[in-house]
Amino acid sequence: MSTETSRIRVTDLSGVMRVEFVDKDILDEAAIRQISTELVKRVEAAASPRMVISFRGVEHLSSAALGTLITINSLTKKRGGQLRLSDIKPSIMEVFTITKLNKLFQIFENSDKALEGFGGK
Amino acid sequence: MTLQPQPLDEGSVRLLEINAEIERVQNSIAKTLSQHSYSDAAMFAIRLSLEEAMMNGFRHGNLADPSKFVEVRWQIDSNSANFHVIDEGEGFDPEAVPDPTLDENLEIPSGRGLMLIRAYMSDARYHDPGNHLEMTFRKVAK
Repeated sequence: MSTETSRIRVTDLSGVMRVEFVDKDILDEAAIRQISTELVKRVEAAASPRMVISFRGVEHLSSAALGTLITINSLTKKRGGQLRLSDIKPSIMEVFTITKLNKLFQIFENSDKALEGFGGK
Repeated sequence: MTLQPQPLDEGSVRLLEINAEIERVQNSIAKTLSQHSYSDAAMFAIRLSLEEAMMNGFRHGNLADPSKFVEVRWQIDSNSANFHVIDEGEGFDPEAVPDPTLDENLEIPSGRGLMLIRAYMSDARYHDPGNHLEMTFRKVAK
């Protein structure tokens, strides 16, 4: 019954992909799988993928969503690119801190700061 | 300090892994928590823990068998919220789950649900044989 409406919005900003989420809750397994497939496809299509994932408007995030971020982070690194995260509200930041994933990801206050100097531009 | 009896809200539901049903239960519990004046932070903690507990039940307990149920029971008063999440699986040893916060495990994409539950709830424990998680959120930490 699922209609494959995209759960993300992707904007190309001079070669940097800025990703935003359509939903405020990123909890549903099927939606997370769909997001993951879409992001993997985009990362694999780029030679040296540079991606900023903005969490503006996101209220809830599950461990399955964290898993997808880890996968995308590893894949961008493997392909010589980089993933940055931004606009994470304090309650969600706590999830990153508890899981110590704040050590793994490059996290910026907002997407402008994440885009600044990305890839030596 | 008064010792007046606190109104108690309780309920139970047997769920299949259907997103709309899970969301309906989450919203219903959130409404009850709100009526008992739980803070936004508490409601965030409980919603996340319930989501992780149910997903562990569906995925690891019921092995994603769409015909198997996860049962959720709750008792909520103005001081604490207690939940039981029971799957139809054979159970597992929660101590055998590797620590996902160790540097060598940081890039493993799974295995964080239980640690989030333990971090956000005041108490979380599995009853034997490990298919029954009981977790409690107390407004004032012990």
